Amino acid sequence: MQMLLSLVIGLLYAAGVYMMLRRSFVKLVIGLLMIGHGTNLLIFTSAGLVRGKPPLIDPGLKALGGPTNDPLAPALILTAIVISFAVVAYTIVLVKRTYQEVGTDDLREMRTTDR
Amino acid sequence: MNALVASPVLIPMLTAILCVAAWNRLRLQRVISVLGALALLAVSVWLIVLVDSGGAVSTQFAGWAAPYGIAFVADRFATIMVLLNGISAIAVVIYSLGSIDERRESMGYHALLHALIGACSGAFLSGDLFNIYVWFEVMLMSSFVLLTLGGERGQLEGAIKYVTLNLLSSVIFLSGLGLLYGTVGSLNMADIGLRIRAATEADIPVLTALSVLFLTAFGVKAAAFPFFFWLPASYHTPPPAISALFAGLLTKVGVYALIRVFTVVFTTDPHIMGPIISVIAALTMITGVLGAAAQFEIRRILSFHIVSQIGYMLMGLGVAIVANVRADRLAETLGADAPDTIAMRSAAAIALAGSVFYILHHIIVKTNLFLVAGVVLKLKGCAELKHIGGLYRSNPMLALLFMIPAMSLAGIPILSGFWAKFAIVRAGLQAETYGIVIAALFVSALTLFSMVKIWAEAFWKDQPEGDPRAVESYGAVGAGAPFKPALMYAPIIGLAVITLCIGVGAGPAWNLAERAANDLLDPVPYTEAVLGEPGLQRLAALGLYEFPAIDPIGMPIETASDSALAPTLADVPTGVTP
Repeated sequence: MQMLLSLVIGLLYAAGVYMMLRRSFVKLVIGLLMIGHGTNLLIFTSAGLVRGKPPLIDPGLKALGGPTNDPLAPALILTAIVISFAVVAYTIVLVKRTYQEVGTDDLREMRTTDR
Repeated sequence: MNALVASPVLIPMLTAILCVAAWNRLRLQRVISVLGALALLAVSVWLIVLVDSGGAVSTQFAGWAAPYGIAFVADRFATIMVLLNGISAIAVVIYSLGSIDERRESMGYHALLHALIGACSGAFLSGDLFNIYVWFEVMLMSSFVLLTLGGERGQLEGAIKYVTLNLLSSVIFLSGLGLLYGTVGSLNMADIGLRIRAATEADIPVLTALSVLFLTAFGVKAAAFPFFFWLPASYHTPPPAISALFAGLLTKVGVYALIRVFTVVFTTDPHIMGPIISVIAALTMITGVLGAAAQFEIRRILSFHIVSQIGYMLMGLGVAIVANVRADRLAETLGADAPDTIAMRSAAAIALAGSVFYILHHIIVKTNLFLVAGVVLKLKGCAELKHIGGLYRSNPMLALLFMIPAMSLAGIPILSGFWAKFAIVRAGLQAETYGIVIAALFVSALTLFSMVKIWAEAFWKDQPEGDPRAVESYGAVGAGAPFKPALMYAPIIGLAVITLCIGVGAGPAWNLAERAANDLLDPVPYTEAVLGEPGLQRLAALGLYEFPAIDPIGMPIETASDSALAPTLADVPTGVTP
């Protein structure tokens, strides 16, 4: 399972970087999104995968017995997802407004501020 | 006490909420905005006085004790940053009243400004790495919207680079965070620091690799050498008040995070990280200043100078790490009390204090230079040096107010920048890192060249033929923008006075920076503030802290090393006889 997830993360990063290197602004945003998803899976995987063991204390015990799933990692991911939702909403508006102003989504046409 | 530690975040957030509540009433929003900034300044002054006299304080949210809950820690370094945050907040808010158009104000300008300021405070005070990530995102989100507010073409194009690179750095930060959590199993910085100090040999290469992820992530935010391209592409596009706030604060949050992470958290393999940070620092300085030399738009010159100044701050950190490694080596060969070892240790302290002092000086000076550039932009409608001139004749007051921060940035004696550079260069010489010292001195000369270029072109030479207003310039904000000189000059004068004060009265400011640096180099104060007694026990187990001996009544016994009789007592062998 860990191997499979690692491969998926690697694939998402690779695809994300590929998309970011395109000239289209829309693809750049999609690339950013994919890397973001890859990162969420990375947090999930690196915190340790324990199957079918919720972090609940069994009746009669005072502490967790044995390894359980770490609830903090999903909490972190949830926070990151909420943040990336807001960021994506913003970038989509940015894509639209830029397209209206510049008339293209070719990033090579958007270099006037660098000169 | 606890509410006080969190109040530099709560006050701006409350101000932002009130500004949103007063959405359609601009005049009320302005009043709330000024009051909020004043309250933040008052609280940050209070906090720094309290922390400087009584040591670091922390608060645990919802009563969950560290390392499980989220901690806010106000040590000297954090409170210095919060104070600077408060100063630039009030300066920029007042400046905005005299320069921002009503169209932008009615789109939530004041609320966004305070959200940004609050998020910066949060990033400074938080003692939890994931919480810092969240504050970074809040800060980025507000800065994204502030940057594009108004939707001019230049702003949008600048924002693309700003947004892309900063989001990428957030993703790198988050990946590092996830992997670090998987490796050490904690998010509290003091706790991670202790766990890393206790890490086994096998874990150290992994941790060093992770520290490089953090170096990259914060390096992008700080606009360090290979990652700085977003900054000069975007900082000159929004209205002057916004770029002044960005220029003063935002990159320094990245520098702050770097210094914090590489002193408190990642103490593994300093002999690798020290040279890497030093080389990055040198290249940041040089590329920044050379970039500036090629520019002819005031705010673009100043933007490149932000990059080059970031190099000096990182140089302090790099030299401090390198000096500490060398001191450790000297301690092994010559002994811990040898004069060479002690000189090397003090070089580390001076370098880090120089870094803190540099940030202190830089935020004030850089904000001020952008504010002055904003006045030039208002007066001439353009900031292209080729099309403007004659400001010395028409506005001698402005010329003087430009000279103070500009000469301070270049490092002319008795102004604040001189002491900052002096400290860092001296530490570099003492630590025998000559390469970077040469780079620093060379860059300093070129900085002076850039400042004199702006002076000669914009202020000294006569106004050239043709109308500068006809030249397209970003952030000139033509229609509807007010121009109230009194409100724009007041913060410039205020910041110039602070620059002079830090310059003439460098002693107290330097001592404060030195105390802050000592707190950073010594793991005890930070750990004690966050984790309390258990943290000290863990430090003692690592051999980094010694509990004062307690006699049965509970009074500390004067230990041999403290007493005046130490030399004679130390001769008496204790414990096992040979």
